[in-house]
Amino acid sequence: MTARSSGELLAGWGRACPSAARVVSPQTAEDVTAFLSEPGPHLPRGLGRSYGDAAQCAGGTVIDCTALDSIVELDHIESRVKVDAGCSLDSLLRVIVPQGFFVPVTPGTRYVTVGGAIASDVHGKNHHRDGTISAHVERLELATPTARLECGPEEEAELFWATAGGMGLTGVITDATLRLVPIETSRMLVDTERTADLDACMARMAETDAQHRYSVAWVDSLARGRQLGRSVITVGDHAGITDLPDNLRDDPLEFSPRQLLNVPVTPPISLLNPMTVAAFNEAWYRRAPRQRTGELQRISTFFHPLDGIGNWNVLYGPRGFTQYQFVVPFGSESVVRRVLERLSSARMASFLAVLKRFGAAGKGYLSFPFTGWTFALDLPLGTAGLAVVLDELDEIVANAGGRVYLSKDGRVRPEILHAMYPRIGEWDEVRRSVDPQGVLVSDLSRRLRLTGPGSRQGPRVFGGGRP
Amino acid sequence: MNDVTGMPQTVVVLGGGSDLSRAILRVLAGRRLTSVLLTGRTGSSLEAAAEELRGLSVPKVETEQLDVTEIGALESFADAAVQRLGDIDLVLIAAGELDMADLTTLDARRVASLTTTNFTGPAAAMTAFARVLRAQGHGQIVVLSSVAGYRVRAANFVYGAAKAGLDGFGTGLGDALGGSGVSVMVVRPGFVRTKMTVGRKTAPPAIEASEVADAVVRGLEKGAQVVWVPSVLQYVLAIFRLLPRSLWRRMPG
Repeated sequence: MTARSSGELLAGWGRACPSAARVVSPQTAEDVTAFLSEPGPHLPRGLGRSYGDAAQCAGGTVIDCTALDSIVELDHIESRVKVDAGCSLDSLLRVIVPQGFFVPVTPGTRYVTVGGAIASDVHGKNHHRDGTISAHVERLELATPTARLECGPEEEAELFWATAGGMGLTGVITDATLRLVPIETSRMLVDTERTADLDACMARMAETDAQHRYSVAWVDSLARGRQLGRSVITVGDHAGITDLPDNLRDDPLEFSPRQLLNVPVTPPISLLNPMTVAAFNEAWYRRAPRQRTGELQRISTFFHPLDGIGNWNVLYGPRGFTQYQFVVPFGSESVVRRVLERLSSARMASFLAVLKRFGAAGKGYLSFPFTGWTFALDLPLGTAGLAVVLDELDEIVANAGGRVYLSKDGRVRPEILHAMYPRIGEWDEVRRSVDPQGVLVSDLSRRLRLTGPGSRQGPRVFGGGRP
Repeated sequence: MNDVTGMPQTVVVLGGGSDLSRAILRVLAGRRLTSVLLTGRTGSSLEAAAEELRGLSVPKVETEQLDVTEIGALESFADAAVQRLGDIDLVLIAAGELDMADLTTLDARRVASLTTTNFTGPAAAMTAFARVLRAQGHGQIVVLSSVAGYRVRAANFVYGAAKAGLDGFGTGLGDALGGSGVSVMVVRPGFVRTKMTVGRKTAPPAIEASEVADAVVRGLEKGAQVVWVPSVLQYVLAIFRLLPRSLWRRMPG
């Protein structure tokens, strides 16, 4: 077991509000338990892909789990894998794809750990069919400040559902067993379609979703007026061996994605401003075919297009960026439109805005997805008026019964967050049963009063009483 | 905790009764402010400031008399403040006293007193709080400097010299704190109409306290290290610095 440093500055993917902590790197699950027995506060961290302050613990000890990266056992018969929690989806995919398996859920990047993915209860383009990653976890091992426990949907279920989406605040996941998806090839069969505006996009997604395992739309967040919400919808499924041309059939499961380039330095100002983003969006929209079916794409192209550029987050300059992701129930399409109108009219540039239809909610107490529309936009910080506009949008989203995603958040008002997640109090009851002293703490949990007395006040009235 | 837009939840103010600090807190109250500890020399103005914040629905507002010139009390006060608030997201250093130097009344004691109030005390307080914030691993310090310190004028040279020292201390401390999670923002307002400047002849670009407050909050959003108010003063003062002494000394006061 190694203590790496006494004070290291840690930030989220958005690089916006770093804080300093002691960082330790356990080499085994026993090391994790030993670190947790030291005086807190403590917090596990994976690859730091949460956008805000979820994986920071100012003044405490951050347990860097990335050295726990073994793939313990791949069971070909039962299509499942037991893997250490610090293993990245990238490493896992490089092993399992050539053997004919795919992860049940992947977010938009492979550079997340298995433990981090469960703690955020991540979703992917298949949420409408397959739910979040926790729906495919058979069991996991959790080092809490008081014990080492196995839990899953069948045993210690309450603790399991408090841990899935629990943002690392119930303990340190040390390993997990995931059910995998058998695949014949490493290619995707993809249909692409351009739609002229938001209504057309939503209508088309509602029609085509059920026919495909994967579905998502990219929305031009800077287009205004009649073009508001013009989009490129992509849907896809794993290609079978017979879908491949002859030259690919020799090695149908080939998988070795490469990073094309790495951003070498942080530019002094954001390179992603309304002008460059508008130009990019125009090109991206025009490049997409009006309609194309049956295109073969690599897994990395279809699922993880931005992973081709290392450190793309530094393109936002020293001030960093945030992502605004929310979900609202079906029937609240107008909320998506209002958010888009508000941000596009204020020219608050967003590179890649993503729209998707979620399926049913899982059982995680703090899990983000539920049936409805989810919309995500990257926004450069430091833009005049942005903070206040996002506060307005929070209220619109909350009033529609929607919520924002903790793994992306860095700025929601605590009282609104509590209204969005009415089960925080129940979750905290379960959390306290394994961490009675409140040793596990993150900058996010402190900012949003997720743990301790603040979490049990219940949702408060919001929207009034401010100047 | 400070959020990604730079907005604090808990704030300690030194010079909490001043018009500038009150204006800044009014804006922060509309954002994420939950707890404030106001300190200053005079209890009555602190209470008025506290009442105003309570009226703006800030859940926890406390006051305490503290004189930044009592250097010996500052370290223990910083420790006590973090105990009371749990976490300090932002320390606002707004203590100070304007004085128009008049050589006929100025003496050694007065110079010592003015420099202690405007430089030694605030610098000592920043040091004490920098220690506490470093241990927290996060936090922001905002210090009110002045354009008067950027090029010192005869009309207020004692005040200007002290602010020049504080300004340099603030920027230097900010650099020294690199990598600690703690940042320092130095604010350089021009002539602000406040009770501190009542009766003074108004300089042409005189501004209101609310303009300073908006600029400070905007600076926090941008993660700025230096904020000029109004922003054009950055360029005006750059030119002023180049003026020959023979001209500068005749600048009207």
